[in-house]
Amino acid sequence: MSDAVVTPAKSSDAPLSRLQLALRKPGFLIGAVILGISTLLALFPSFFAPYDPNFIDYLAVRQPPSWAHPFGTDMLGRDALSRVIHAYTVNMQMAILATVFALTIGITVGALVGYYRGVADMIFGRVVDAIITFPFLVLVIAVVAVLGPGLINMYIAITLVGWVYYARLMRAEVIAQMGNDYASAGIVMGYSDRRIIFRHLLPNAITPVIVYWMTDMALAILLGSSLGYLGLGAQPPQAEWGVLIAEGRNFITTAWWLSLMPGIAIVITGLGFSLIGDGLADLLRPRG
Amino acid sequence: MTDHPILEVENLCTTFSRGGTALPAVRDVSFALGKGQVQGLVGESGSGKSVTLRSILGLARHYGEVNGSVRWQGQELTTMSEWQLRKIRGREIAMIFQEPMTSLNPLLTVGTQLTETLKAHTDLGRRARRDRAIEMLDHVGIPAASSRLGEYPHQFSGGMRQRVMIAIALAASPKLLLADEPTTALDVTIQAQILDLILKLADEMSMGVVLVTHDLGVVAQTCDTVSVMYAGRVVEQGDVRQVLQTPRHPYTEGLIRSVPQDVPPRTQLYSVPGTPPSLFSLPEGCAFAPRCQAASEACGSARPTLQDIAPGRQTACFHPMPATQEDAA
Amino acid sequence: MTQTVMKIEDLHLSFPVSRSLLDMVQRKPGKSVNALNGVTLELLQGETLGVVGESGCGKSTLARCIVRLYPPTSGQIHFDDQDIFDEKARKDRTYNRRVQMMFQDPYSSLNPRMTTGDILTEALRVHEMRPEAEIASRVAELLELVRLPQDAAEKLPHEFSGGQRQRIAIARALAVEPEVLIADELVSALDVSVQAQVVNLLLELQERLHLTILFVAHDLRLVRHVSNRVAVIYLGRIVEIGDSETLFSSPSHPYSQALLSAAPSLDPDDKGAAIQLEGELPSPLNVPPGCPFHVRCRHVTAQCRTVIPELRALEGRGEVACHHSEEINQYA
Ligand SMILES: Nc1ncnc2c1ncn2[C@@H]1O[C@H](COP(=O)(O)OP(=O)(O)OP(=O)(O)O)[C@@H](O)[C@H]1O
Ligand SMILES: Nc1ncnc2c1ncn2[C@@H]1O[C@H](COP(=O)(O)OP(=O)(O)O)[C@@H](O)[C@H]1O
Ligand code: SF4
Ligand code: SF4
Ligand SMILES: [Mg+2]
Ligand SMILES: [Mg+2]
Repeated sequence: MSDAVVTPAKSSDAPLSRLQLALRKPGFLIGAVILGISTLLALFPSFFAPYDPNFIDYLAVRQPPSWAHPFGTDMLGRDALSRVIHAYTVNMQMAILATVFALTIGITVGALVGYYRGVADMIFGRVVDAIITFPFLVLVIAVVAVLGPGLINMYIAITLVGWVYYARLMRAEVIAQMGNDYASAGIVMGYSDRRIIFRHLLPNAITPVIVYWMTDMALAILLGSSLGYLGLGAQPPQAEWGVLIAEGRNFITTAWWLSLMPGIAIVITGLGFSLIGDGLADLLRPRG
Repeated sequence: MTDHPILEVENLCTTFSRGGTALPAVRDVSFALGKGQVQGLVGESGSGKSVTLRSILGLARHYGEVNGSVRWQGQELTTMSEWQLRKIRGREIAMIFQEPMTSLNPLLTVGTQLTETLKAHTDLGRRARRDRAIEMLDHVGIPAASSRLGEYPHQFSGGMRQRVMIAIALAASPKLLLADEPTTALDVTIQAQILDLILKLADEMSMGVVLVTHDLGVVAQTCDTVSVMYAGRVVEQGDVRQVLQTPRHPYTEGLIRSVPQDVPPRTQLYSVPGTPPSLFSLPEGCAFAPRCQAASEACGSARPTLQDIAPGRQTACFHPMPATQEDAA
Repeated sequence: MTQTVMKIEDLHLSFPVSRSLLDMVQRKPGKSVNALNGVTLELLQGETLGVVGESGCGKSTLARCIVRLYPPTSGQIHFDDQDIFDEKARKDRTYNRRVQMMFQDPYSSLNPRMTTGDILTEALRVHEMRPEAEIASRVAELLELVRLPQDAAEKLPHEFSGGQRQRIAIARALAVEPEVLIADELVSALDVSVQAQVVNLLLELQERLHLTILFVAHDLRLVRHVSNRVAVIYLGRIVEIGDSETLFSSPSHPYSQALLSAAPSLDPDDKGAAIQLEGELPSPLNVPPGCPFHVRCRHVTAQCRTVIPELRALEGRGEVACHHSEEINQYA
C-alpha cells in the first residue's frame, strides 16, 4: 500500500554539488575569478598599489609604461597603475550602491503589484511606461542635473530610475508564479498575504531578478564612469575610472595609456559580472 | 487474420543514455498488425508506450539507440534513410502525439496546416483539398468547420486542437495510424466520437491502428488485440477479450482490478502494491517481482520471456494466473 | 437526520474576457465567460458529493469559489449559517482552516523550495494547531496518516512521485483539521493503480475523521465509486443531482444520459448504446437561452428554447432540471 520514496538520482544533490557543477563551467569560473580579484583590489587597494595614487612627481609626467610604472604616469606624474587600482574601491562600490536600493525597492514594489494587481498595478503600469520611454542615461543625467553632481546624488538618480526595471521583472515573475497551485494553496490555507508573498512567491520568483542584478551591476559601473567622465559623478582628484579616462582624454595621441587602462578595467569587471550572472541562473533554479 | 500482416515489429529495443548510464526504455517488443486491425498498448506512465511508437516511426533513433526490426509492408524501416522515411511518414503512416499543444504550428492557420498535409500527400486539387479539410474537421466534431479554417491554433481550445491534430493525421487516409493517447485530454462524449471515427476508418479503409492509452475501457471498446507493457517490456499480449477477461500475468490482473468497476461503492479498491522500478536499477529477474504476490525464488533471479500460452496469446511469467474462464469455455 | 454543513445559493460567476485593441476600436461590447450560471447546492455532513461534467463546465470554478479563491458575481455560500463572502467573514481565517482544498496538478501545488516538513510545519504554526513543542511529533503523525515514510519530512517535492505529492497535499490539508475537503481532480493526473491508492486513502480518512468531501472529477467510474451523491454540471448549472447509485444506473436528464453512455465499458462485448450528441459544443462565452442543453438535446421543444428549467425533484429519483423529465423517463 505504501510506496517507497523515490530516491533521487544522486542522494547528495546538496547545494555544494551544484556549486561545483557551476564552477566546472569555464564562464562561471572566469567570472568568479575576475570578481574575486576585483573585490580584493577594492578592499585593500593600498596593499596592491605600488605607489600612493595621489603622490605628485613633476619630474616624471606622462611617462610611457615601464617596469617602474607599468601603466605609465599621468600629467601630474602620479602612477597610473596605482590610480587604476585605487579606483576599484569607488567603482566596485558603485556597482553595489547604485543597484542595491533599486533592487530592494524593485523587488518589493514588483512583488506587491504582481500579487495585488488592481488599481496599484494600473498606476504602476503608467509609471513604468513613463520612465522607460526615455533612455536610461538621459533620465539619470536629468536627475543629476537637478540634484547637482557628485557620487551620492548619482546613486540617488540611478536608483530613482533603475528600480522600475527590477519591479517590472519581479511583477511579471510573481504573476507567472501565481498561476501555480501552491500559491492558491497558500490562500486556501488561510496564510497571510505577507507570508504568501515573501515566503512562497518571492523565493520562486527572484532568480531572474538576481541574474538581471548581475548585469545591472556591470551597467552601473559603466554608467557611473560615464557620469564621472562627464563630470557629473565622482569628482577629481578622486581616482575613478571615468574620471581617469576624462583626465587622459586630452593626451589621447601622446599618452594613450592614460585612457586605455581604466577602459580595460571597466570592460573586464563588467565581463566578470555578466559571466557570473549566466552561471547563477543555473545555480538558483529549484531542483527537480 | 489470414491476411499478411502490414506491420511487423520484432525484438524492438530502444536505449537512451542519460548522464553516462544506459536507460533501457523499450526491450524486445514484438507484435504484428493486420489490415484494419486495432492494436492497443497499455501500461503505467513510463513503461515505454510512447517510445515504442516513436521507434516504429524512426523518430527515436535521433536521440536514442534503436535495435530490432520494424517491417512495414515488407520494407525494413529501422535501416531506411530519413529521405525514404519521409515519403512514408504522413502519407502511409500517420502519428498523433500525446502533447497536442506543441504539435501545431502557432503561426499558420488551421486550414493551411490541414491543406498543406493534403498537398504533400495526395494529388487533390486546390478546391478538393479545401473540401476535404472541411470534411475532416466536421468528422472530428469541430462545428462550423468552413468558418474556422482561417483561425489560428491559439483560437482553439485544448480539446479542439487535439481534434485538429487528429484531422490532420487522418486527412491523407494513411494505412497505419500510430495514436499516442489521442483522447486522454478530451471529454468522454468527444472521446466516444473520435474513437468511433478511428474505428470507422480502420474498417472502411483497412487502416491499421496502434493505440496507446491508459484507459482500459478505451482498450475494451476499440482494440482487437492488446499488449500490456511493464518497465519497457511486453508482459502479456493477445486478443482483447481474452486478456481483459482472463488476464494471465499478475500485473495485467492488478491493472484491471484497480479499475473501480463492479466493486461495491465506497469500499477499498484493489491496488498493485509498491511503485514501478526505476529503469536505471531494474531488478535482476522479473521486473515485477518486488510487487508480485505470486513471486517465487526463481522470479528474483531469472527473467521470464514472452511465451505462447494459447494461440495468439503470450505472457512473460513463470507462474501465470489460472485460465479459469478459458477452461470453462 | 443529516445536517447541512454548506449551502450554496444561486451562485453566478463570470470572468470578463480581455478585449483586443481591434474589438475596442470596433466598439464591440465586452464579452465574458459565464463559468457559473446559478448553482444551488447543499453539502451534507459526512457525505461525499461527486461533481461531474465536461471540461470547462465550471467544476473547478465552483470548487475555487467555495474556498474563496474567486469571489462570485452574485449568489451566496453559507457555512455554519454564516455568509462566507460577508465583509466580516472574509477576514476570518478560521474558515480557511475548516474548509480545505486539494488541487489537480501534483507538480505545481507544492512550493518547490520547501521540504515536506516545512510545508506541514507552516500549516500547523500559522493556525496554532499545536504548541511549538509538539509540532515535530504532529508532522510525524501526519506523514504516518497519509502513509509516507518518516524521512519524507526532509525531502523536497521533486524527490517524490505524483502519487506521493498528492499525499503531501492531503497531509497539508489535514494538518489544520478541516471539516470539509474540496478535492479538485485530485487523482486525475495519476496512473490507475496509483489512483486506487490515493482514493483508498481518502475514503479511509473520511471514515476516520468524519470529513465532508466535495469530489470533483471527470472520471465517471471513480466518482461513482467514491460518492454518496452526485451532481452533474452542464455550462455552469446543475442539471441533475441525486443519489450516486440511482443517478449512475438510471440517469434522468438527457445530458446525464449522454454523458454516462459515452463512458467506455471494460467489457468488450458491452458496446453500450452511446448517445451521440449533436450540434455545437457548449461555450460559456455565449450560453444558449432557455435550457442550456437545448442545442444538443434530442427531446427539445419550443418551451426548452426560451424557458430555463429549474431543478425539481422527480419521483423515485433525484432532482432534475428538464421540462420533460417525466415523458423522457417514462420509457427509460
Ligand atoms: N528522449 C528521451 N531521452 C531519454 N529518456 C527518455 C526519452 N523519452 C522517454 N524516455 C524515457 O523512456 C521511458 C519510457 O517513456 P515513455 O514516454 O515511452 O513512457 P509512456 O509509457 O509513454 O508513459 P506515459 O503514460 O506517461 O506517456 C521513461 O523512463 C522515459 O523517461
Ligand atoms: N481565472 C479565469 N479567468 C478567465 N476564465 C476562466 C478562469 N477560470 C476558469 N475560466 C473559464 O471558466 C470556464 C469554467 O472553467 P473551469 O471551472 O475550470 O472548468 P472545469 O469544469 O473544467 O473545471 C471555462 O470556460 C474556463 O475557461
Ligand atoms: S515471473 Fe514471477 S514475479 Fe514475475 S510476474 Fe510472474 S510470478 Fe510475478
Ligand atoms: S429542458 Fe428540453 S432541451 Fe433541456 S434537457 Fe430537457 S428536453 Fe432537453
Ligand atoms: Mg507517453
Ligand atoms: Mg477543472
